[in-house]
Amino acid sequence: MVQRKLTRRFSGLRNRGVNPSGFHTSQIKFYILLTPITLFMLLPIIFIFSHAFKPPDELFAYPPRFFVTNPTLKNFTDLFAKLSTSGVPVSRYLFNSVLITVTTIVATTLVSTTAAYALSKKRFRLKQTLFAVNTVALMFVPIAVTIPRFLIIEKLSLMDTFWVHILPGLAMPVGLFLIKQFIDGIPTEVIEAAQIDGASDVAIYGRIILPMIRPAIATIAILTFQAAWNNADTSTLYVNSENLKTFAFYLTTLTTTTTGANAVAGQGIAAAASLIMFLPNLIIFIFLQSQVMSTMSHSGLK
Amino acid sequence: MLTSPISAFRRWIQREGSAYAFISGYAFAFIVFIVTPVLVAFFLSFTFFDTIQAPTFNGLRNYIVLLTQDEVFMRYVLPNTIQFAVIVGPGGYLLSFLLAWVLAQLPKIPRTILALILYSPSMTTGVAMTVVWKTFFSGDQNGYLNSFLLELNLIQEPIQWLQSPQYLMTIMIIVTLWSSMGVGFLAMLAGILEINPELYEAGSLDGVSNRFQEIIHITIPSMKPQMLFGAVISLVSTFQAGAIGVTLSGANPTPQYAGQLIVNHIEDFGFLRYEMGYAAAVSVVLLLMVLFFSRLANRLFASDD
Repeated sequence: MVQRKLTRRFSGLRNRGVNPSGFHTSQIKFYILLTPITLFMLLPIIFIFSHAFKPPDELFAYPPRFFVTNPTLKNFTDLFAKLSTSGVPVSRYLFNSVLITVTTIVATTLVSTTAAYALSKKRFRLKQTLFAVNTVALMFVPIAVTIPRFLIIEKLSLMDTFWVHILPGLAMPVGLFLIKQFIDGIPTEVIEAAQIDGASDVAIYGRIILPMIRPAIATIAILTFQAAWNNADTSTLYVNSENLKTFAFYLTTLTTTTTGANAVAGQGIAAAASLIMFLPNLIIFIFLQSQVMSTMSHSGLK
Repeated sequence: MLTSPISAFRRWIQREGSAYAFISGYAFAFIVFIVTPVLVAFFLSFTFFDTIQAPTFNGLRNYIVLLTQDEVFMRYVLPNTIQFAVIVGPGGYLLSFLLAWVLAQLPKIPRTILALILYSPSMTTGVAMTVVWKTFFSGDQNGYLNSFLLELNLIQEPIQWLQSPQYLMTIMIIVTLWSSMGVGFLAMLAGILEINPELYEAGSLDGVSNRFQEIIHITIPSMKPQMLFGAVISLVSTFQAGAIGVTLSGANPTPQYAGQLIVNHIEDFGFLRYEMGYAAAVSVVLLLMVLFFSRLANRLFASDD
């Protein structure tokens, strides 16, 4: 017995193939293959960090240098000291972005989880049809219907309101799909037992379903976060009042004015702003990645 | 007899009412912001509409003009879109499958770190990324690529990368591939890790002798649903990424239409020329293209059961 364990350990049987538990020499070739690709993916990310802390002379040094040598917070202080051309402080854009993102996440999670619960566990006539429609909508390319959306938003008098940031992205077919697949994995017996105990639908949803689908909620929260936080289009198309625009939009104004006389002032601020845009994405994903992976294993499309 | 429709309605409410209540929020947003825009696009595509006067019906005119008279569409937009979509779509998809497969061969900790690195560019969609790439491909001698090539004496003077028709498309493809390891990639990685290891053992008894055969005969057939999910996601994000040429070059139309994709064509006609009916016809063509390619993916990865 002991001998078998030992041969197994030293021949590295369990360390080969898919999902190995430890290192084995056969993995070296994969690391060699992955290294250049990983570097290519990583360099721009490192650049965002490095660039944001460069003092002006390094930002415009010739030849340009990739890494920062004398890091400074000047770009960040400049960013927050600056008023946009229309007199709105940058912190206002940031505040809008945070508020809009949080509201969108809460609203999207609520409508997606309730709908997914009904589509997965309730019995009603249109159930199959509605899920099929949602599956077709996975192929929906929002950018293709920018114009009709614009007309609808205008008709609904949503132009220039806070809600125009929230409502158009509320229904996210991928989100509903992933949560529904995840709820399918919860045995029906659990719900039937609760029903026998007299639990209402709301109680089943709130006390049984929600706690059991935390990974799926984390996943949709991340997807919604990325969509809402990085969204500059809504501010460009549907919002005129500067007070209601987002930080992502502010960053686009910086990048479009970095040519010409404004370039010197703009570059450092834009670099700092990009880091502020990127960092929350990264942090949230690092914290929630294991939940995302467990949701993704339910993602199959049959 | 008179009460029966009412009592039938009551029974229906009792039986199915709560289910509809639960989906109502999502259904409302779905109908208003997904279904209606598609229907409106379809309707407007048969009209002339300049946003000032009410749309007037003009039959198939928009489609006929698009196919026979729109030189920009036929000469630049359509070939560009197909080139971009074919390389970024299947290319990015294949790349994410291969990377997912390679990652699955590694132990958990290095796998998680590497997956995070590969996934992170897809988080930088749009704005943050353009700052980076615009600096890198900047047209003066301070641009990173120019400075590097000047140093090596490979070029004599700086190249206007983002303004040159001959480079813009390549740069768009590279940048899009860079950020294409998204949700589909994670789904495929999870799918590969989920496969029952006994299948591989059984495969080796059945004569599967190398890793390539293993991928073809065991891995892919066992994760068809994830493969299809990944395909749909990569398809949508490919067409959704269409705005990148305009973002990088800073102009719509892009220099000599070199980076003009169908999405930019819609915007050009819709928001710059206010020919909404015509733009809607282009939108419908785009939606049909996505649908066509999804069908194709469905054929490839349809589950047997």
